[in-house]
Amino acid sequence: MTAVSTLRPTGPRQLAGTGTLVRFALRRDRAMIPIWIGVNALMVLSMPNTLKGLYGTSAERADLVRQMETNPSLRAMVGPVFDDSLGALTAWRVGVYAGAVAAVMSLIIVVRHTRDEEESGRQELVASGMVGRRASLTAALLTAAVANAVLALLLTAGLAGQGGAGALALGLGIAGVGMVFATMAAIVAQLTESARLARGLTAGVLGAAFVLRAAGDSATDDGSSALTWLSPIGWLENVRPFAAERWWVLLLFAAAVATQAAVAYELAGRRDVGMSFLPTRPGPASGRLGSATALAWRLQRGSLLGWSIGFFLAGVVYGGMTDGAADLVGDNDNAREIIERMGGQSGITDAFLSAMIGMLGLIAALYVVASVLRLHGEETSGRAEPVLANAVGRLRWASGHLLIAFGGSVLIMLLAGLGFAVGHGKEAGPILGACLVQVAAVWVIGGLAVLLHGLAPRAAVAAWGVAGAVLLIGWVGPALDVPQAVLDVSPFGHLPKLPGGGMEWGPVLVLVLVAVALVGVGLAGVRRRDMST
Amino acid sequence: MTKAITVSGLHKSFGRTHALDGLDLEVKTGEVHGFLGPNGSGKSTTIRVLLGLLRADSGAAQVLGRDPWADAVEAHRRIAYVPGDVTLWRNLSGGEVIDLFGRLRGGLDTGRRAELIERFELDPTKKGRTYSKGNRQKVALVAAFASDVDLLILDEPTSGLDPLMEAVFRRCVEEERDRGRTVLLSSHILSEVEELCDRVSIIRKGRTVETGSLADLRHLTRTSVTAELVGAPNGLAHLPGVHDLDVQGHRVRLQVDTSELDAVLRQLSETGVRSLTSTPPTLEELFLRHYQEDVPAEAAAR
Repeated sequence: MTAVSTLRPTGPRQLAGTGTLVRFALRRDRAMIPIWIGVNALMVLSMPNTLKGLYGTSAERADLVRQMETNPSLRAMVGPVFDDSLGALTAWRVGVYAGAVAAVMSLIIVVRHTRDEEESGRQELVASGMVGRRASLTAALLTAAVANAVLALLLTAGLAGQGGAGALALGLGIAGVGMVFATMAAIVAQLTESARLARGLTAGVLGAAFVLRAAGDSATDDGSSALTWLSPIGWLENVRPFAAERWWVLLLFAAAVATQAAVAYELAGRRDVGMSFLPTRPGPASGRLGSATALAWRLQRGSLLGWSIGFFLAGVVYGGMTDGAADLVGDNDNAREIIERMGGQSGITDAFLSAMIGMLGLIAALYVVASVLRLHGEETSGRAEPVLANAVGRLRWASGHLLIAFGGSVLIMLLAGLGFAVGHGKEAGPILGACLVQVAAVWVIGGLAVLLHGLAPRAAVAAWGVAGAVLLIGWVGPALDVPQAVLDVSPFGHLPKLPGGGMEWGPVLVLVLVAVALVGVGLAGVRRRDMST
Repeated sequence: MTKAITVSGLHKSFGRTHALDGLDLEVKTGEVHGFLGPNGSGKSTTIRVLLGLLRADSGAAQVLGRDPWADAVEAHRRIAYVPGDVTLWRNLSGGEVIDLFGRLRGGLDTGRRAELIERFELDPTKKGRTYSKGNRQKVALVAAFASDVDLLILDEPTSGLDPLMEAVFRRCVEEERDRGRTVLLSSHILSEVEELCDRVSIIRKGRTVETGSLADLRHLTRTSVTAELVGAPNGLAHLPGVHDLDVQGHRVRLQVDTSELDAVLRQLSETGVRSLTSTPPTLEELFLRHYQEDVPAEAAAR
């Protein structure tokens, strides 16, 4: 087979057309990329002012730093602090999250322009032009690089007032995390045939990086744990922006990006267009699926399984860290205030649990949106049409998917609760209760997605925007001192703070009723409108 | 004879586009009805209204005696549909999809399912994306032909099939007709329509321009006549319905409206005929006449 290997193309022609493809990708993403960059930059750049309001004097800031040094659970949430300047505190408070947002942006860009294109068959059309064998992957990575570079530039310029070197280090670090996950996505996109699976697996790696860093930081107060060093997000905090920057850590990002890109190119060069290294196996010659609901379950069970495992593990990990909070902080008012600002309630153990459970609730909103929007995907791809041409009513078709979306949110929050109970080892009842209460707010977000799909199918993907906004309000809203009116927009803001606070049935019931009403109106819309082609 | 599909005065617009502009369609029970028209003339929109996927703005439609919008589920129990572009789920095998669709209709004849899979040479164990276009089409066709239904709605069902498979498809449609089932066949393959269809409807710009058996339609078009005469022809140019007259010595070529053929032949035999060929209009000519009527108007609009 040497003849074949000599046929493997070499030289610059492999990259023919890359420039055109990059311009094409930037044109296609002209709305998406600026939104990702804008939201991320806004989150980081608004932080120094907010922190100034919260911790005005240097004595207050020094106090905060001391608390963090003694509190592993808090470090697990946001990482260690290396200095008490406003810049260093900004890097501490949002650096990890900004890195995660850059990572999600990057993995979406890369999968969208590689595996998505192959899965849809559009890649064949593109590849039949004057386009080199490596051009598509290169264009996807360059597009991600452009987005991350612009983000780094904005952050550097915007934070320059806090110290130019620190601003540059933070910007490069965040963009570095983005590019590590861009190249990671490029590898995963070679392995799977499905773009959805490629995104899911890469996001899973991101989640693992998050947990590794959290576990490492709860063990040490200076980011020196081996676990932290295993996580690209851990590298970001170890760059130590605004605190005697360690520039050499940036080389880790460069090395990881180069290595992963090389692996991705190697894999891409060894496979055919549209094929993968985890090929589709043959299925049964005859099937047992007999209803639209069974079909919906078959289509969604894989991702529900992934979410279930993720939520259970996250519960175990964060549940296991909970005791550290109570033991080390005791009754310290200042630390409690920090937790409370993150959405917790008095009593440090309960506060920590409450904050963590609230965070998982916010993430569950992403699940419910993804699951409800399967309806949208089935419809626009033309797969709903032959199903509805059978003796299947639209309500029956929709209800199968909605059952999994809304029932699935109960399931994953229940599993998260079980995980917390296992990790924490006590208070199983209150923890499970606290997790289930989150479902009411999750359902409202799901209801909004159903409403959009039913009444404005072209705008259905705006449900992602709703979930993202709620996530942002929940994560950084309390720290940003945003007006209460804004916080009240999020249904999560109306939930009782559990465990610890008192159960309030009123708001929970109202949220459930709102969710039911939204679903009802949305389904009425689905029944009445034309199916989109 | 009862009607499987009756549609009258159907209107449907998408924004400013009038996809259907007073369309009429009548399909008798037990017939194979050809549904023809240029791209974008509203064939698929009509079919989607008949399936209750779109709601007509105005006009009346009945499918198997039911309202296709309000009574969609009950109607669909007796209908099998094959879209022109079949999209399958990537993680479901073809066999699973065939069985799912069968169960979601009136049921599946397992013996016929096996027979059809064999005849169409389909591998039912492959999964969604690994099928080629033609094979995805076969999955939908097997599911439709094996289902226990009264009406088959086929929207350009043979796109992507090779000629061998197209022959299998034609035999299957004939078998369906022999069983007394009704077929609405939207197609651009004229030989297919000519061979299979009892009656055809031609639509253009959302409106029915012609309906009837192929013999009826032929009658409305021109026959070409070539003749060699004993002497010089005369008087032909003045006859009604004669077009493209070309006289060279004793040879005559002309096109004549089929309804006026008799008068032309009489005129020719008056002069004396040495040889004569007369060609009935092909289906292609029939359609081109209808399809091309748009062209001058559109060109003028530009």
